[in-house]
Amino acid sequence: MTLTFEDFPTGRFATFGPRHVTREEILAFAAEFDPQPMHLDEEAAKHSMLNGLAGSGWHLCAIMMRMMFDGFIGRTASLGSPGVNELRWLAPLRPGDDLMLDVDVTEARLSKSRPETGIVTFKGVARNAAGQILCEMVSPIIVSRRAPVVVEQAG
Amino acid sequence: MRFFEDTEVGERREIGSFTFTADGIKTFAGQFDPQRFHLDEVEGRNSLFGGLAASGWHVASVCMKLIVADAKQLARDAAARGETVAAWGPSPGFRELRWIKPVLAGDTISFASEVESRRASDSRPAWGILQIRNTGTNQRGELAFSYLATAFVPRRDAIGSGDAGP
Repeated sequence: MTLTFEDFPTGRFATFGPRHVTREEILAFAAEFDPQPMHLDEEAAKHSMLNGLAGSGWHLCAIMMRMMFDGFIGRTASLGSPGVNELRWLAPLRPGDDLMLDVDVTEARLSKSRPETGIVTFKGVARNAAGQILCEMVSPIIVSRRAPVVVEQAG
Repeated sequence: MRFFEDTEVGERREIGSFTFTADGIKTFAGQFDPQRFHLDEVEGRNSLFGGLAASGWHVASVCMKLIVADAKQLARDAAARGETVAAWGPSPGFRELRWIKPVLAGDTISFASEVESRRASDSRPAWGILQIRNTGTNQRGELAFSYLATAFVPRRDAIGSGDAGP
């Protein structure tokens, strides 16, 4: 069943994971989007402030997006997101990490400009198997309201 | 990369342009954000985006790609002049990221950076903190993407002071 605005009351929504992150995917993302030594080179990374090979923060964002897609966005009447209010990178993503993602609904309100939709604001917190928090993000998503009458629309 | 003392509020730098192809959009989306409007032209046309649209995280990742390439070029130039190159610290995060206009297949986005504020770090005297507004503008001159990044930038007078890490 497709989730709609009404399915997102404020409070804890769900926890998703584990998502295993490999060294190979960290290197592949970094090579394409963030080719800095601490994301690409074991030896250089040892001497960096991250004290060892670490995934790009943007890679972690993309992985969190995929975890949310697999967890609920893929079966939500989502119309997209206007942005991210705040995102904090708190600890490095490491090769071999098994990520868990806690998702809370912090706010759910009806849209004034598109009355058939609501804006659901999520807080996502990614942590590793040791419980260390790697990233926190707060982001709104536009979600359709449950239609009073379901009609097939041609677009 | 420059030292904190060499930065100025209001200074703007063009970082480079990138054309998003349908294949590139679908490849990124297939891996990280497989929502229908990022994967299929027809679904994209029928969505709020009005066409096959890049994942917002794809746009942000491309912005980072161009920032890194530009920083490497700046570092090479500085090294060639015999200057000391500052190594910026890991970013603690960002605020106010806005996907303002959809980035559709075929769009060319030009990215730019502008220093919005600068202050010394209270807790880490060897460092300054910059707030940098990174933006992406499409080929029609419309602002499509924007976020306010936080960066730790080393102070020139702190060179050689030992452990400078945050």
